[in-house]
Parts: sequence; C-alpha cells; structure tokens
Amino acid sequence: MFSDKAKEEIRQVFKKYPNKRSAVMDVLRIAQRERGGHIEKEDMEEIARLLGMQTVDVNAQAAFYTMYNVEKPVGKHHIQVCRNISCSLLGAENLIKHMEKELNIKVGETTPDKKFTLSTVECLGSCGTAPMMQINDDYYENLSAEKIDKILKDLK
Amino acid sequence: MEKILLKNLGRPESHTIGSYLGTGGYNGLKEALKHAPESIIQMVKDSGLRGRGGAGFSTGLKWSFIPKDPTVQKYLCCNADEGEPGTYKDRGIMENDPHLLIEGMIIAGFAIGASVSYIYIRGEFVFGTRRLEAAIKEAYEKGFLGNNILGSGFSHDMYIHRGFGAYICGEETALLESIEGYRGQPRKKPPFPALSGLYGKPTVINNVETLSCIPGIIEKGPKWFSSIGPEKSPGPKIFCVSGHVKKPGLYELPLGTTMRELIFSHCGGMLNDGKGVKAVIPGGVSAPMLNAHELDTPMDFDSLAAKGSMLGSGAVIVMDESTCMVKTALIINRFFSHESCGKCTPCRDGTPWLTNILKRIEYGNGRSGDVELLESLCTNIFGRTFCPLGDGAVMALRGALKNFRDEFQYHVDHKKCMVS
Ligand SMILES: Cc1cc2nc3c(=O)[nH]c(=O)nc-3n(C[C@H](O)[C@H](O)[C@H](O)COP(=O)(O)O)c2cc1C
Ligand code: SF4
Ligand code: FES
Repeated sequence: MFSDKAKEEIRQVFKKYPNKRSAVMDVLRIAQRERGGHIEKEDMEEIARLLGMQTVDVNAQAAFYTMYNVEKPVGKHHIQVCRNISCSLLGAENLIKHMEKELNIKVGETTPDKKFTLSTVECLGSCGTAPMMQINDDYYENLSAEKIDKILKDLK
Repeated sequence: MEKILLKNLGRPESHTIGSYLGTGGYNGLKEALKHAPESIIQMVKDSGLRGRGGAGFSTGLKWSFIPKDPTVQKYLCCNADEGEPGTYKDRGIMENDPHLLIEGMIIAGFAIGASVSYIYIRGEFVFGTRRLEAAIKEAYEKGFLGNNILGSGFSHDMYIHRGFGAYICGEETALLESIEGYRGQPRKKPPFPALSGLYGKPTVINNVETLSCIPGIIEKGPKWFSSIGPEKSPGPKIFCVSGHVKKPGLYELPLGTTMRELIFSHCGGMLNDGKGVKAVIPGGVSAPMLNAHELDTPMDFDSLAAKGSMLGSGAVIVMDESTCMVKTALIINRFFSHESCGKCTPCRDGTPWLTNILKRIEYGNGRSGDVELLESLCTNIFGRTFCPLGDGAVMALRGALKNFRDEFQYHVDHKKCMVS
C-alpha cells in the first residue's frame, strides 16, 4: 500500500531511533496521509509486519492517539473547531452551530459529497487568536461567522 | 524589560539561520564549548532557572542528576507537547525562532553528555514542525549539529518526534513511552528519568521555554539572568494571555509581574468596557482560578502557590463578569475526562462522573445535593491518582467551587444561569 515516496520516508524514520517500534507513530501517520485521512485494518497489519510488532499493539497505538482516524474516513477538508475555554469565552459554540447550519451536517458527520467533515477538538494551542479551527494542516484564527463563510466558500 | 525569549518575534525571516546569526545567534553555543560540561551545569544552577513546563524544578539541579559515566548513552528530550489549554508560547518560539530552541538544546546536550536529542512536538503543530525541520537542517549545514561540532569533539544528533493527539504525553514519562512506541501512559517513579529514562538510559526532559533560556545564560552569564525578577523565581517568562482582554497575546515579562499589571498595563484592559474581571486562571486550566480581589498577586512560582494556585505553564485566561462559572468548570472538566489516559481508576472513572454531574447542572437538570456530590467526589479522587492529571482536574474544579459555589447552587435550585 505504501508508495515509493512513503517507503523512502519510512526508511528515514527508522534512522531516528535505536529500534523499529519507535517508528510506529510516524508510520501510522504516513499511512493515514497515503489513504487521504484515515487508516484501515489492513494498513495496521502491514505496519505490524514492517515493524515486527503484533497487530494488536499497532491497533492499540492507533486507538490511543486521537489524530488517527481508524476505519473512519474523513472528508477532503477535515474541519476541527476548538471548543476549549479560551475559544469558548469568545463564542466558539455559536461558530460551531453556524457551521453545522452552513454545511448542513452535525458535529462528527461528513457531507454527502465527502468534501467536509466537521469535528470539535480540545485546545489547539492558539488561544491568543481565539476562536480558531484547523482545516487539515492549517490553522484559521480570530474567526467570526463572516470569516467562516468566506473560508468555506473558497474551499467549496 | 529587554526581551530575551521573544526578541526575534516579528523580525523578518526570524526563523532562518541567517537572521538568527545576524543577532548574535549561536554565540552561547560557541561560548559553552569552551567550558567543561560540569561548569555549564554550574552556570545554569547559579542562574536560578526553574523549569517552565509547569513544576518549576531547578534546571541545573535536574541536569546534575545525570550520571557522569561517559560510556553510558544519555538522551535529551524537549517537551514541545504544549497541550495545557490556554498555552501557546512554545509554538510561538518554534514557529518564529526555532534556532533559539535548537541552540539551547545543543548546549544542554553538551552539558549532560547526550549525543542524541528528540523534540516531542504535538501532532497538530504542523507549521512548527516544518519550521523546526528546516532549522535543524540549517544547523547541520553550519556545523552546529552532527559530528565534532565546531571542532569541539562533541557530537550531537537532533530528531523530531511528532505526537498525535494525547495531552497526557506532555507528562514526561508518558512522553518517553510515546517515543518508544507505546501508548502514552505515565510510568511509575522512581526510577526517575535522570537514571532510567528513554530506552532505560539517563534522560533529561525540559520544556521548550526552559531550553530557550539557556543560550542567554551562557552568553551573558548566570548573574545577569538571576538579576531579572524575584530572587527565588528569576528570569523572563512568557505569559500567554487569552480570554476577555483587549490585546491577548504572548507577553515576555519578569516573573513576579502582577495579574493587574498584565491585564491593564500590557493587554489594554478588559475586552468589553464596563465588564470587570470575574476570575483569572493564572497558569493553564490545571491551575485553580483566582478571583477579582486577588489581582495584585505577583505571578511567580511561590506567590501563586501561596494563594493555592500555580504558575503552571504561564497561560493566563481572563474571564469577565458575563462568564458562567458552571459552564467554565464543565468545559475544563470535560477536557480532563477526555484526556484521561485510563491507567488508574480514580481518574478514568472519576473525571467523567464529575463531567456528567456538571453537565446536568449546566443544562438545568441539577439535583439537590449535586454540589455536595461534586465536593465529595473531588475528595475521593484527589491524591489517589497515578499522575498529576487527575489531581489537576480536581484542583481546577475546587478553585471554581471555592470562589463561586453560590453560582453552582443557583443553577441547581433555579435550573438556569445566574449571569446569562
Ligand atoms: C498531565 C501533564 C501534562 C503536561 N504537559 C506538559 C507540556 O505540554 N509541556 C511541558 O513542557 N511540560 C508538561 N508537563 C510537565 C512535564 O511532566 C515536565 O515536568 C516538564 O516537561 C519538565 O520540563 P521543565 O523542567 O523544563 O519544566 C505536564 C505534566 C503533566 C502531569
Ligand atoms: S491520573 Fe489520569 S492521566 Fe494520570 S495515570 Fe491516572 S488515568 Fe492516566
Ligand atoms: S482554547 Fe482554543 S486554541 Fe486554545
């Protein structure tokens, strides 16, 4: 399942650590990226073989860390809105409701065209520019309903 | 005050080695390599630097616990997991001045004799990771990393390990488990990491901001550092201000600055004129909140501890009079139950139980006796958890109950909020 580019990346990861097991987080991350945002059971079997681990141990790793989407495909744009305290003080709940309305889905759901998944997350370390959200790798800060409308329009 | 940690923020291209060298970057490393490792440790001890990751432990002392035997592999880990809600200072350094951290880490590695270091950065910080990767590459190219650094005979390799969504990995032993490829659950202490840490080898774990203080201490001397701020908590500190203020942001100020000065002299005062301060969380959500009568408390390790709170990560969350404290307590507690690693029962079962009770109080379904129930659950959890996360959850809730018990009771009695 791994592309040549991914295989080369994994070889570089192995160089960082004295043993292969330490590479498991990076390799799971690479697998998730290769699949476009989530991991399937078969990926974990392959990773287990690659790292000389038990599949159950790889599964346990993937289940423990919340950024792995195990057997749960996400849309092309994964929107994660912070709902922790600093963002909440500046109106995060209203923005989440606004987005549910605009995208016509509830938190935790994906639009039927598979373009957007809406999630809420805990603090993303951007509290001075609250309220904020992350879409795939990028942060969007100092949000307002108008700003969100523009961001969504650009992505649609 | 002259800026030390944030001095390069806002400079064009501040993340590049060219810019960093242009402001005297890596002079601390060059100076350090002229000394014996033990004298570097002594300088850091003399500076009075205390860890900026939360606990405030003496950095020099921590380094001195590492065995001196040169045949033993040693590791340095930089804690860049920055997950304490309200905190965003380490991200500020890594994105804008990554070489400051890298220089501090090389010096630390030299002092403790570590040939390898890992930066454990939280998974969401993709931009910061890219900046660090580029900066590490630049440092190798200039001979600040790799074999025989600047002809000193000291060699050091630096790698990035990305977290992937688990606040508990900020706890230092959970961080080590995570690097080793296990679930991030805290280890039993002792043995302490200084003797048996990463892969069972002697290991120092320090926060990003702590390590970023090191180049200055070596270049300008421990006396210079210890003359900033209060005697027992010397040095600059980055305060991460968020919430109801006009100008939230990162503020580098001496430890000991009062909350009032921070809010009104630096952050432009309260966000909405006419709405005063109701409460301030001084050090991230694990730190119990203080009320409007306590704004003159100096923000340093000892003064905040004397008030029953803590400096923690230096995340100052300001709440005005319109803030519902039941909702605040719920959001904070929900965070802790979400992040409980599941290793010990009081935290794994206790924190979601607290969250459920807070939920029903917040949503108007509180039952009589619920406030007392919260308090007794807190008593049953506190001091019985395997790591400080569970205690942090209790301390945060107790802080809210101590100051605003009436508000919780009002929610229960009237099925609605007192303030909104
Ligand atoms: C639940 C929990 C989370 C923590 N999160 C962090 C963190 O994100 N960053 C950090 O530097 N320290 C964190 N710490 C503190 C570390 O365990 C450790 O004390 C610190 O990294 C030591 O560095 P210092 O001496 O430079 O402060 C956390 C502690 C606990 C109990
Ligand atoms: S207190 Fe919570 S986070 Fe800490 S070990 Fe126990 S369950 Fe895990
Ligand atoms: S509370 Fe939202 S980014 Fe920190």
